[in-house]
Amino acid sequence: MNDMRPIEMQHWFTIGRLSDIPRRGARQVILPRGPIAVFRTQTDEVYAIEDRCPHKGGPLSQGIVHDGAVTCPLHNWVIDLQTGNAMGADQGCVRTYRTRTDENGLVSVSLAGPAG
Amino acid sequence: MARKLVVIGNGMAPGRALERLLEQAPDAYEITIFNAEPRVNYDRIMLSPVLSGEKAYEDILIHDDVWYADHGITLKKGCKAVGIDREAKTVAGADGSVVPYDKLLVATGSSPFIIPVPGKDLEGVLTYRDLDDVEAMLAAADKGASAVVIGGGLLGLEAAAGLKERGMDVTVLHLMPTLMERQLDAAAGYLLERAIEARGIKVVTGANTHEIVGDTRVEGVRLDDGAEIPADIVVMAVGIRPNADLARQAGLEVNRGIVVNDAMQTSDPDILAVGECVEHRGHCYGLVAPLYEMAKVVAERLLDKEAAYQGSVTSTRLKVTGIDLFSAGDFSEGKDREEIVLRDAVGGIYKRLVIRDDRLIGIVLYGDTKDGAWFFQLMKDGTPIDEMRETLIFGQNYAGGTPLDPTAAVAALPDDAEICGCNGVCKSKIVGAITEHGLTSLDGVRARTKASASCGSCTGLVEQLMAMTLGDGFTPDAVQPMCGCTDLGHDDVRRLIVAKELKSIPAVMQELEWKTSCGCAKCRPALNFYLIADWPGEYQDDYQSRFINERVHANIQKDGTYSVVPRMWGGMTSSAELRAIADVVDKFGIPTVKVTGGQRIDLLGVPKEDLPAVWADLNAAGMVSGHAYAKGLRTVKTCVGTDWCRFGTQDSTGLGVKIEKMMWGSWTPHKVKMAVSGCPRNCAEATCKDFGVVCVDSGYELHVGGAAGMHIKGTEVLCTVATEAEALEYCAAVVQLYREQGRYLERIYKWMDRVGLAAIREQVVEDAEKRTALFEKFLYSQRFAQKDPWAERVAGKDAHEFTPMNRIAMREAAE
Repeated sequence: MNDMRPIEMQHWFTIGRLSDIPRRGARQVILPRGPIAVFRTQTDEVYAIEDRCPHKGGPLSQGIVHDGAVTCPLHNWVIDLQTGNAMGADQGCVRTYRTRTDENGLVSVSLAGPAG
Repeated sequence: MARKLVVIGNGMAPGRALERLLEQAPDAYEITIFNAEPRVNYDRIMLSPVLSGEKAYEDILIHDDVWYADHGITLKKGCKAVGIDREAKTVAGADGSVVPYDKLLVATGSSPFIIPVPGKDLEGVLTYRDLDDVEAMLAAADKGASAVVIGGGLLGLEAAAGLKERGMDVTVLHLMPTLMERQLDAAAGYLLERAIEARGIKVVTGANTHEIVGDTRVEGVRLDDGAEIPADIVVMAVGIRPNADLARQAGLEVNRGIVVNDAMQTSDPDILAVGECVEHRGHCYGLVAPLYEMAKVVAERLLDKEAAYQGSVTSTRLKVTGIDLFSAGDFSEGKDREEIVLRDAVGGIYKRLVIRDDRLIGIVLYGDTKDGAWFFQLMKDGTPIDEMRETLIFGQNYAGGTPLDPTAAVAALPDDAEICGCNGVCKSKIVGAITEHGLTSLDGVRARTKASASCGSCTGLVEQLMAMTLGDGFTPDAVQPMCGCTDLGHDDVRRLIVAKELKSIPAVMQELEWKTSCGCAKCRPALNFYLIADWPGEYQDDYQSRFINERVHANIQKDGTYSVVPRMWGGMTSSAELRAIADVVDKFGIPTVKVTGGQRIDLLGVPKEDLPAVWADLNAAGMVSGHAYAKGLRTVKTCVGTDWCRFGTQDSTGLGVKIEKMMWGSWTPHKVKMAVSGCPRNCAEATCKDFGVVCVDSGYELHVGGAAGMHIKGTEVLCTVATEAEALEYCAAVVQLYREQGRYLERIYKWMDRVGLAAIREQVVEDAEKRTALFEKFLYSQRFAQKDPWAERVAGKDAHEFTPMNRIAMREAAE
């Protein structure tokens, strides 16, 4: 509770249940430094990335989710959810975060650094 | 001096023979054709697509009037040949003419076999042979009536599928226990029966027709067991019989057909015969490939060259969309035969190969026919199969460890392998045409070689040949695929959604073999629209396949906030509405308020979390979603019309409001903007809208296909109507047609460019029944579409969309 270490040293934050996120959809989680987008794929994999398209800052959480990627709603860049890299001809990358889902369906995000 | 050639008959076989002749020696003969039909040569095997509506007569023409004129051919249209005088070497026509010949080509074709039962002459008893038959069927089909097809063979099933496609209630009666028993074994016949029944066609096998009942017109069919099936039309498709009467009268040798030798000569060496009227080595043929093989020999022989026809091994494909079926050879059971069978009940696949003395002699493929050409070639060549026996049934990709490169299959085919069965085009001819003429498009190959230009089932093979020949220089251009997830174009996907009754996105992706597991941002919204448009009330909208704007019913802006546009019917508003809007702006601190180009008020810069509360306040003042975000009806712009304007001729504002109340909420391929102007001064700018009305003294001029965005385009006048009610009906009918035919993200003007204004006019203006049907379909779908999405979300729908999942507070996650 009184842990005042910088965020990079913090570890897992429980953010909600898997069922809170629609399949092939995303939810935002608001952090002081800006929102992250937490995605759930068709096959219930969960990915978290910075909610900011490397192109023009579009909210990736509002995009269409297909396989392991999301298409940005502003200009249709496609971002790989696992690596955070723009796919196809576009160049750019967003920060990724590790996630885990426990046996009770609780989803946590690690704010300690990029996903392995 | 040119010799004289007379041709009796103008079907596909003599047409092909003449083509071959003229290619080689344009001036060798002075040619006269007796053509009993009033039409020129057309592609009879394409009657089924004409019946089902996929093609028009113009699409299936082989030779038009110009072709005959260009080649100096005298075509006696509608003139039957009535006698051959072999002594004088002349042919007499029904018009009294007598034409001399040096060589005579008899191509009198065949007639449909009519089963001799009582009632066979009643009005409404049809055959399935030429365009007149198709037209008679179409005339009946438009009335939404019921049809009985007698005969469950190739033609009968194609006729049944076409009539069903046209909305008729169809029953197929088949004498034998399984369908297409001449081409299929019982197992494949059973799968076929199930597939036919799955399309809503009733099948009665073992059905012996006792009589056709009715006074003057057909009313039904009674079977031997007493069962009676009501019918407005009866189509007999039980077989054909060679037309050999004229030849018989002339004293030529005739058995079942006109007897010819390998040189295609009849018993009179100056008289040749070709096509369905002939009998060669005891066989009569009714398929097009053998006729073309005969035609080739006829052309050579007419030029006094050596050529011999040695009979044909034929294969059959059923041309019914969504049913893949291929058969060839002999598959009856016998002691000297072995067989290899593969069944996949779940996948609906059945393959059977019949082998004798280590050679393939019979092939039945159902559900997966892509190896048909390869098997057929092995059969025709008599290739020994012992070495690949164990993997043979899996097709060419597995046999002998051939790699899975798609072009490897065609690369391995010999030069004389037949690629296009309809037109008898072999591999070397296609490859030769591609290299010789530098062809890079499928259309180019079709124009040069005719390969895949008829039934089209070999299109894939032809494309593979092009890929093989051109390497990277080939990009299949015939159909632009929807996206990278499929090779199918929008039109094919739409057609198959209806034909296969696909009612969910996973069903489409499964059945149409999507290459990705759940599509992409291009195909998913398109599929979602197609399914909504094709299955109103049945399809469950897939929310996650919608673009964000349609998911949250507001327009996303560059900073991630949204804009909100309440509906103002016909652009009309009131002080109460304006006051409520002003209050909302103040309460939520909305930074920008703007009037749009479509006469609405836009509130810009609303954070997503505020949307439901903003809508609640607007709903409370009686305002609903303006759908400014939708691929759907946006706005109907109006001028003040007769209410105020000294020039107004009609109540344009009132009509605009009525149109908007009818149209709102409908989903369309792209956005739709409308306008109604009260007089030709056109203050509402109706002539650059997707659909516009310009009021005139005598009524309402209806406009379609305008745009003023990326492209500026004036409308075309669709027609003028007298009443408001008609204006509304025509408007809905146009939009419904667009909903059914438009490709996703194709604006009305682009759709119109593609299908042609004439086609729209034909269906909406000239065909009153079609218009009414479109209008009713539109109204039906509106029953499910007209729910205010804002009110639904104010009530709690999709609440997760408008709140973050969690906030990690400053203290917990301090930086």
